[in-house]
Amino acid sequence: MPAIEVRNLAKTYRVFRKREGLLASVRGLFHREYESIHAVDGIDFQVEQGEMVAFLGPNGAGKTTTLKLLSGLIFPTDGQANVLGHVPWKRENAYRRRFSLVMGQKNQLWWDLPAQESFRLHKEIYRIETTQFDRRIDELTELLEVKDLVGQPVRELSLGERMKMELIAALLHSPDLLLLDEPTIGLDVVSQRKVQQFLKYYQQEQQITVLLTSHYMKDVEVLCQRAIIINQGKIKHDGPLAEIVDRFSQHKVIEIQFAGSELPETLDRYGDVFERQPPRAKIRVPRTDVPNTLNQLLDNFTVEDISVEDRPLEEAMAELFINDASNDSN
Amino acid sequence: MLARARTNWVILKTCLEERFVYRADFAFATLVRFLPIVTQVFLWGAIYAGATQAAAGSNESGKPTTLNSYTYHEMIAYYLLAMLARAFSSMPGLASGIARDVRDGTVKKYLTQPIDMLGYLFWHRIAHKLVYYFIATGPFALIFYLCRDYFPRSPDPATLLALVASLVMGFLIGFLIEALIGLISFWFLEVSSLLFIYMMFNYFLSGHMIPLDWLGEVGQWVEFLPFKYLAYVPAAIVLGKQGYVLGHGLESQLLIEATWIAGLLVLNRVAFSRGVRRYGAFGG
Repeated sequence: MPAIEVRNLAKTYRVFRKREGLLASVRGLFHREYESIHAVDGIDFQVEQGEMVAFLGPNGAGKTTTLKLLSGLIFPTDGQANVLGHVPWKRENAYRRRFSLVMGQKNQLWWDLPAQESFRLHKEIYRIETTQFDRRIDELTELLEVKDLVGQPVRELSLGERMKMELIAALLHSPDLLLLDEPTIGLDVVSQRKVQQFLKYYQQEQQITVLLTSHYMKDVEVLCQRAIIINQGKIKHDGPLAEIVDRFSQHKVIEIQFAGSELPETLDRYGDVFERQPPRAKIRVPRTDVPNTLNQLLDNFTVEDISVEDRPLEEAMAELFINDASNDSN
Repeated sequence: MLARARTNWVILKTCLEERFVYRADFAFATLVRFLPIVTQVFLWGAIYAGATQAAAGSNESGKPTTLNSYTYHEMIAYYLLAMLARAFSSMPGLASGIARDVRDGTVKKYLTQPIDMLGYLFWHRIAHKLVYYFIATGPFALIFYLCRDYFPRSPDPATLLALVASLVMGFLIGFLIEALIGLISFWFLEVSSLLFIYMMFNYFLSGHMIPLDWLGEVGQWVEFLPFKYLAYVPAAIVLGKQGYVLGHGLESQLLIEATWIAGLLVLNRVAFSRGVRRYGAFGG
């Protein structure tokens, strides 16, 4: 049985459409125009137990709304979801004890108190046995290297340290499902890497199901094998992460280093030169033209080094979303 | 049951710890609340002096006057007792706090964790009050001691018990009304104007401003509202006002108060379960 099973799930928000200007604001007191925003528009997917799946998409694509639906935070407009054998929006305690929702931009720890006070409160709320609680605290604080910080008021911690504490609070009751919404947002590179390493290790050790949204493709590449891409409330791709670049990127990148110290003046003829650091350059070339372009470059110039690479995942995604947006406007 | 009691105890303990963090701010805020009591005592003194002077001018005896059957001493006693009741029934920041949590999404912790939001807020408020009493008991005792001669009589143990019951129930009514206003934010997001209107009515209709038996015919209508339990009723019990004496109507008053609590609790539950269905959890 899958850990998450979603069928035709939809959430439509009715939002007030405010026109610009003071007069429009006054008019809005008497007559308001509303429009329906289909934040999630009839999506279907399944996640098996122990899977770690990335949920990707641009801002406003419907990622966070989906997580909110799966955590029972909001009610759907239509459709069904079964998560760990429960309907999330019924908010049964039996379900709420089995998952955790961590939102990178929302704090659930007591701001003015040390994190250990929040942990103790979680111990009671989730009815965690004392021995298990002590063991979990030791294990998690050690893994995240924050053992010495649990007695410090949360407000005095750095953003990275706070996120680590949020993760500890979320994992204390050993949830079967972890919903992570931008867990590394705003963190520096070192903290990002630490959180990524921790999540990877923890998921593999505990075999919990994780659904992750992130704008940092590094998070996704390090952590997930599978990605669901959502845009404008609809699923655009559901499959191995590796397929995304093949499927959505129409281009490859040729990185070339010429002999001498200059770049050839005619280089633009071979593709889109998007990076120039003489004598090196990077050229964006349509996938089908790669063999031909390589031959021409090698025939026409003295080349010291050359390589062909797929475009980074981030760029492939950006290309997909830009194409989607322009298709919509046409 | 035991597990729930332990959870509530830990919530209470954690809230108490939090309340003590900004102790200087809290102490100042608490003590500053006594200033209006002092100014109000002087204000009533001036009102009664003016009334006595006017009476001296118009009637030959020139006796110290009463206003609506309240002597100056009785009025001060009433006011101090109403303030004592308000110390239980006022809920600063409760409704606006709920509205803020709904607006900024903090409410998510109540919806995704196995806790009851209203229960959690209740224990949070108890902690708030306990810390308040911890700081305010001394000054309150001092004011009551200084004004001891203004009180007509010491209440007997049974009346004292009725007073305690009315104070505790006043706390519950205050909590439930403000929580209900806060829950309206699930529909409107912002409740500050609604709260302002409530505060205005509360000031007048609870007996905080003047005793309710001064309102004449209007007072008869006010009798049917729950606001009187927030200030007037505890004062009326100690002062032995008509209808608030044991064996002469006080028992039924307390029973009606308990019914109000039950009704407001049901309303809160309904508002919460409907509100969370509407909740949009906007903004990331």
